[in-house]
Amino acid sequence: MSPASYVFLAVILFVIGAVGVLVRRNAILIFLSVELMLNSCNLAFVSFSRLRGNLDGQVVAFFVMVVAAAEVVVGLAILMAIYRARRSASVDDANLLKN
Amino acid sequence: MVHLFLANGGPGGTNLDPLYDEALFWILAVLAVSAALAMILVRHAVHSALMLAVVMLCLAIMYAMQGAPFLAFVQVIVYTGAVLMLFLFVVMLIGTNSSESLVETIRGQRLWAALAAIGLAVLLIVGIGHAAIGAPAPETSANSTDNLTGLARLIFTTYVFPFEVTSALLITAALGAMVLAHRERTTRKPTQREVLRAKIDSGQVQPEPPPGVYALHNAVDMPAMLPDGTLSDRSVSHAVVGRDVQLGRDPQGVVTVDLSTGERIDTERELEAGDRGTEESGA
Repeated sequence: MSPASYVFLAVILFVIGAVGVLVRRNAILIFLSVELMLNSCNLAFVSFSRLRGNLDGQVVAFFVMVVAAAEVVVGLAILMAIYRARRSASVDDANLLKN
Repeated sequence: MVHLFLANGGPGGTNLDPLYDEALFWILAVLAVSAALAMILVRHAVHSALMLAVVMLCLAIMYAMQGAPFLAFVQVIVYTGAVLMLFLFVVMLIGTNSSESLVETIRGQRLWAALAAIGLAVLLIVGIGHAAIGAPAPETSANSTDNLTGLARLIFTTYVFPFEVTSALLITAALGAMVLAHRERTTRKPTQREVLRAKIDSGQVQPEPPPGVYALHNAVDMPAMLPDGTLSDRSVSHAVVGRDVQLGRDPQGVVTVDLSTGERIDTERELEAGDRGTEESGA
């Protein structure tokens, strides 16, 4: 398959992830959608790497994976802290700064 | 089959037969998109995480098809193996039954989200469609060597500084997770003597009675029968009771009604038959 097909697939997955972030209220599901968006970016990077014929895209995808792992660790820890304080994982319940 | 993807010989980094390549791409693309849609549509967080695992495995195979075997394995090991398991741990800690309500809290949010998604998709697809992405580059000096060797050379020469910075990032993330997940003890830890005193003062020294698993019915949601013939609510875990309420079952009610009349055995059979019926219909 030409790299363009992979890039279009990456676009579709990215948009699905964006919809998940916008629509879902559970913070875990929002995180999962962000992971989906990061993964689709990685697919695009690998496709561009093949298109260009050098490995820089793959290196960038590798760094994206490292950063995503760090982000997930901190994000889930924040989620645990919020859940401990509010007994809820919904983003609507974290409203201490409201009013 | 795997060695077909992993050999990094032909132009464009793969020596798959073009027909297989195309067939595999379409199968994986349909699988990935439908799993991604399912991920944002299902209610339970556990199901969502498993759907994301399907997407990630599909992407791993696509990396291998595109001549990136190292990233394919990192995808399986780091993403599907570690990150998603971390997600599942947190889902289990927070509680699998905390499924969100499907009521819109912001009016018209879904409509506007759908419009924004269509807009984003059109924007990206038109933009990429105009970009004239051609055929993959022929074999060059960068990808002619083994993928792993080339990546290692790049990471440890050109990208060595970002690579070192990621180590600082990972240490910071680990420290941050420890700080955030740490619960500060606000009260003094009770001594053994104080625990004992509180237990005696509470009026119940012995442990809670175990559920009546073998006494009445072969299930842990059955309460134990006390010596005087009454049922003990304290013998059943709250989580199990909550699950029974969710499933609309009332084992305690069934048994209490029938205990005095001696029809317990019959109703129990009916209950079991009902259980079996629901299981069969569920399967």
